[in-house]
Amino acid sequence: MKQLVACLMMVAIILAVPVAHAKEAATMAADPVLEKRVMALAYELRCLVCQNQSLGGSQSDFAIDLRNEMREQMDQGKSDEEVTEFMVQRYGDFILFRPPVKSTTLPLWIGPFALLAIGALVLFIHLKRRKRTINTAPLSDEERKRAESLLDNK
Amino acid sequence: MTRHLKYLLPLAVFGVMVWFLGRGLYLNPREVPSPLVDKPAPVFTVADLHRPELQFASENMKGKVWILNVWASWCRACRDEHPLFVELGRQGIVPIVGLNYKDQRGDALEWLRALGDPYVASAYDVDGRVGMDYGVYGVPETYVIDKQGIIRYKHIGPVTAQSLQTKVLSLVKELQG
Repeated sequence: MKQLVACLMMVAIILAVPVAHAKEAATMAADPVLEKRVMALAYELRCLVCQNQSLGGSQSDFAIDLRNEMREQMDQGKSDEEVTEFMVQRYGDFILFRPPVKSTTLPLWIGPFALLAIGALVLFIHLKRRKRTINTAPLSDEERKRAESLLDNK
Repeated sequence: MTRHLKYLLPLAVFGVMVWFLGRGLYLNPREVPSPLVDKPAPVFTVADLHRPELQFASENMKGKVWILNVWASWCRACRDEHPLFVELGRQGIVPIVGLNYKDQRGDALEWLRALGDPYVASAYDVDGRVGMDYGVYGVPETYVIDKQGIIRYKHIGPVTAQSLQTKVLSLVKELQG
């Protein structure tokens, strides 16, 4: 009898453990396709409390809450764009890992190319000017002689 | 002169870069500008913290300049700023509404009993839904909302005596007219 009770208790403990763990694990959508969509979008959004992590990669309460919200909204049939819009309205463009092209972010997008173009232009003008000074200053006879003697010595 | 310029120009460019990078060191990356500033404050109705059978509706505050203070009993920094709000509540310059964020009702009530309750009303945002609409990502956060229900200022993190005076209260006085 004692053994039976012990055995039943063991079974109870074994059964209880996964239940206790189930509470710890993050909730997931029943539909794997939906869950994939949620996580794909979550990896595109910044976790504001852990800043260098995405909402997909973070286990903070903030990220879990927002993932739940995304899951719920997508479950109601909202598109990725609508969910993203919901997040941007509340947390600003900062939540997006890819900044949108807007008047305020234009320098960010064009800046590097503009700097590259300026650099190329400066280089081009400089080279052209250098070529001209080389062409317009031919060697004098004396210089030519010196150059020849130097070359011959070698 | 032009020859000098040739050498001074890179130095000037370098100086500008140093200034930008140096300034970046002193910015707080946690202070993310809220897109909600100058937008209508999200309207909400949730249970009252003190009397669960009653509701708090943000619409009730319309026509008044008010402060929304988001806090929780599990939040350490809230404890730091709380005496300032207790003092402000005592002065009665501006109504302060508390939004208790993702908390246990019992813990929250105990916290207010121990530290003082400066709030004209306390809303109980148990699941953080209201907080999400306000773009809350870390408590405490403090909002100044004008008579038309527009958010005019958001303070992230605990207010200090100085920031309360210079940023929050000066704005409140200006809005009250």
